[in-house]
Amino acid sequence: MQWIPFFTPGDSQYSNDVDLLFVGLLTASVLMLVLLFGLMLIFIVRFRENSGVKRPHPAEKSWRWEIAWTSATALIFVIMFAWGASLYVRIYRPPDDALTINVVAKQWMWKAEHPGGQMEINALHVPVGRAIRLIMASQDVIHSFFVPAFRLKHDVVPGRFQSLWFTALRPGTFQLFCAEYCGTDHSRMTGSIVVLRPAEYQDWLRDQVGGDTLAAEGASLFRSLGCSGCHAPGSTVHAPRLEGVYGNPVPLSDGTIVPADDRYIRDSILQPRSQIAAGYEPIMPVFAGQISEDELLRLVAYIKSLANAKRGAQ
Amino acid sequence: MVEMHPEMQFSDLGQQQEIARLGIWVFLATEILFFGGPLLLYTVYRGAYAQGFAAAARHTDILIGTANTFILLTSSFLVAWATEAIKKDDGRLTALLFGAAVFLGLVFLGLKGMEYSNEYHEQLIPGFGFAFAEAERNAALLFFTFYFITTILHAIHLMIGIVLLIVIARHAAKGRYGAGYNAPVFVSALYWHFIDLVWIVLFALIYLPGRSGP
Amino acid sequence: MNAHAPVNYLTTDYRLSSWFTTTDHKRIAILYFATITLFFFIGGMAATIIRLELATPAGDLVTSDVYNRLFTIHGIVMVWLFLVPSIPTTLGNFLVPLMIGARDLAFPKLNLLSWYLFVAGGACVLYALFVGGLDTGWTFYTPFSSTYSKGNVFVAVLGIFIAGLSSILTGLNFIVTIHRLRAPGLTWFRLPLFIWAIYATAIILVLATPVLAMTLLLMTLEREFGVPIFDPARGGDPLLFQHLFWFYSHPAVYIMILPGMGVVSELIPCFSRKPIFGYKFVAWSAISIAIVGFLVWGHHMFVSGQSVFAGVVFSLMSYLVAVPSAIKVFNWTATLHGGWIKLDSPMLYALGFIGLFTIGGLSGLFLACLAYDVYVTDTYFVVAHFHYIMVGATVTAYFGGLHFWWPKITGRLYPEYWARAAAIVIFFGFNLTFFPQFILGVLGMPRRYHVYPAEFQVWNVLSSGGAFVLAIGYLMPLIYLSWSIFWGKRASANPWAATGLEWQTLSPPPKYNFAVTPTVVREPYCYTPEALPQNG
Repeated sequence: MQWIPFFTPGDSQYSNDVDLLFVGLLTASVLMLVLLFGLMLIFIVRFRENSGVKRPHPAEKSWRWEIAWTSATALIFVIMFAWGASLYVRIYRPPDDALTINVVAKQWMWKAEHPGGQMEINALHVPVGRAIRLIMASQDVIHSFFVPAFRLKHDVVPGRFQSLWFTALRPGTFQLFCAEYCGTDHSRMTGSIVVLRPAEYQDWLRDQVGGDTLAAEGASLFRSLGCSGCHAPGSTVHAPRLEGVYGNPVPLSDGTIVPADDRYIRDSILQPRSQIAAGYEPIMPVFAGQISEDELLRLVAYIKSLANAKRGAQ
Repeated sequence: MVEMHPEMQFSDLGQQQEIARLGIWVFLATEILFFGGPLLLYTVYRGAYAQGFAAAARHTDILIGTANTFILLTSSFLVAWATEAIKKDDGRLTALLFGAAVFLGLVFLGLKGMEYSNEYHEQLIPGFGFAFAEAERNAALLFFTFYFITTILHAIHLMIGIVLLIVIARHAAKGRYGAGYNAPVFVSALYWHFIDLVWIVLFALIYLPGRSGP
Repeated sequence: MNAHAPVNYLTTDYRLSSWFTTTDHKRIAILYFATITLFFFIGGMAATIIRLELATPAGDLVTSDVYNRLFTIHGIVMVWLFLVPSIPTTLGNFLVPLMIGARDLAFPKLNLLSWYLFVAGGACVLYALFVGGLDTGWTFYTPFSSTYSKGNVFVAVLGIFIAGLSSILTGLNFIVTIHRLRAPGLTWFRLPLFIWAIYATAIILVLATPVLAMTLLLMTLEREFGVPIFDPARGGDPLLFQHLFWFYSHPAVYIMILPGMGVVSELIPCFSRKPIFGYKFVAWSAISIAIVGFLVWGHHMFVSGQSVFAGVVFSLMSYLVAVPSAIKVFNWTATLHGGWIKLDSPMLYALGFIGLFTIGGLSGLFLACLAYDVYVTDTYFVVAHFHYIMVGATVTAYFGGLHFWWPKITGRLYPEYWARAAAIVIFFGFNLTFFPQFILGVLGMPRRYHVYPAEFQVWNVLSSGGAFVLAIGYLMPLIYLSWSIFWGKRASANPWAATGLEWQTLSPPPKYNFAVTPTVVREPYCYTPEALPQNG
């Protein structure tokens, strides 16, 4: 698409598809525009007040024209819709082997947390060619994670996890913007996405002054917040064990079955009474307003790390 | 009956009458959409926090709520009767029935006030020392926020309705309306019915959840 | 009084108090003209400072907080105090009774009350904007507006609430009037298309505005009393605010554009000297836009986290609502075919409207397209798109209508040379201002940015330069139209040889519009190729 003036190339797995879509929309629009403006111009000149040209008789049936142009535009619109929608659906289907990185937004900075515990502010280092899944949360107002080169954007709404995935195609540094107005320094809430070769990425990870892994920090939170008092092996309280929960279906007391994804775990910590696992009493305290998004993400990381752990004796 | 003249933009009183009726229906369409926002929120939040909403609803005073529903329904009946009375040129009966409806409206407001006062003592008013069992606190807060916003809006509408009925009743008593021209009676009656209807919906949403079934 | 100057609605009473107690729809229209012109220039001043600031990438003219307040002022004033009331309350108020052969609107006192409410609402908004300031953006997204903003949100919302009540009463008045006060013989399909457009607009005003009023009320209650409604920290959902907000604010775009389409549907046949092509299709397309327009609000939320399914449905509905707009454009173009076209200033504005509306509409197809919207939403692409529709189209149509009916309203002719010049300056100034913003959007520049990366500067400079031209373009009519009130040539009753009922009475019309209620026996737009009277 380099032949289009002012065009900047895309750099993610579907940026080319989005650009192709753009070219398709642009071509259709320009054709319609040329047709319409051309006709208008011809009519205005040809049928100007003092031109002697013979006017056609106006009493022709008009509805044939109406049906023709209505169905033609409707057809073009449906094609545009289908093309855009099919691509859109793909943005929401991350591959299973994606590398998960947490992103916390707040006024006015982006904080990224790698699974190994490496943290960075207003920057995100990712390996090239690997599917990256971002789990995003906001500490305060609505922000929006926008990387123009990846043709990607998603709002980060407080009170929920949002996810987004991409695969960077080439190493390089790309601009990150906040695209949803968030207050005074909205326009300074920017950063860079640094795409590294796999070996460089490993070096970068090693060079970071990492604390524990996120899951390990989550494990210590799990103890300090008192979760382990009920959910750990050997507890006298009748509470569900969390090993092997993540990613599997959970039967609820109201008879429904929900998948134990990030969202479910988040909701179960914050509002445990709204979705009660079958066979348990609603006795867990509410954590809404008690813990920060950072802590939540760590807890979720810990519970995820238990996904493949063997369930101990019940 | 006092002689009425149509306003200058109308050709006759019949047209003026028709226009008043169409006007109030359009206005009620606006009003329904006005209450639509809170109803949407209620639906979404009740879906998300079914148990919390049920627990919170059990703290409402169903006795007063039911009594008030009965009172408003009765007042609506009187108002409907008044629109029939004015068609028979009976301005005095119309005024009397409107007066009775106003009285019932005032009783409703009095009972509602008592209910609010009780809820204040039970610490159920969000923003004024709200206290609720920790587990369902958030859901109960949402429920009672909905409860107070909608019932206060309803009460404001009711007060406007009461003033409207008093004004129209005075005119009716003086014989301004009759079988020929009674648009103001019809319009204010329709507004009163709307207030009643809003209450019936609110009653079902506020007092009934969590009071039946297991 | 002599035969040359019969008493008209302007000359019946010269006392100032007679203006503030008038129930004459024509005088109320004039009151609205004055008020919204004031708001237009307040909003325009804010826009000018914004464009000056954006001429350089650094934030060197104003601070971030001031910048945020400026675009909030610009948005709120332009949307609620200028664009929404623009054509309906001025041209609509003036023309609806005249076009349908009535003596006034159905509820004249309510009409005056609407104006007072509008002024009160506008005063509240201005107070909030200048005392305390407001930095929420016109969209008031929670939780920023309800929890984090330090601005004077309460008074601003109160103002919008009151102005909304004014809108509702105006809409109600139009609906009832159009239903019940049409002249004998004026059936629905003999109505001028402007009336159809105003009718469709009024339906939206009545059904959408209360939702906005309630939504903003709820947001303010959360802010002032700390009760949870949309607050995510206490179990609420901020996306519900967006759903409710756009349930009004998307139809609000049709409140702005439909009357403009109505004006253009009057101008094109008059200056083509032939009936409009496909009258019924143009009329029904207005109604279908009003109805389908209620079902597309979710297209503002494709990246907000609403479900993928909802996104797909709203995208399809958005393409559907574009079809009737396309129908209108095709019909206007077809009307030109075989006409006797004269390029007077109202016609220049009308053609400018079609051009700008088409570009704006086509860019809307990019935004309705899900995958592409993910990229360009919340960038300058969106800014360019809605300015093409709301300013390029609506304001151009408003000016076109103003020029067309100016002789009827004031009884004076304006200098045609200047009017044509202004139409051309506005058209080119507008495109220079906003077309570069499409390119900025495609390059990825987010909106509401006070400072921006240097690579975007060249397009911003072009845009700011265009804004300068556009500002001159908008000032020109202010000057020559004001001049014409005092020194313009007197207009005849029907200077354009137009067919509408409003042209069958005097210019300016007498207080009660028609000496005898007219009876309508023909379809509208029975234009013949007779030459237009010269009014140079």
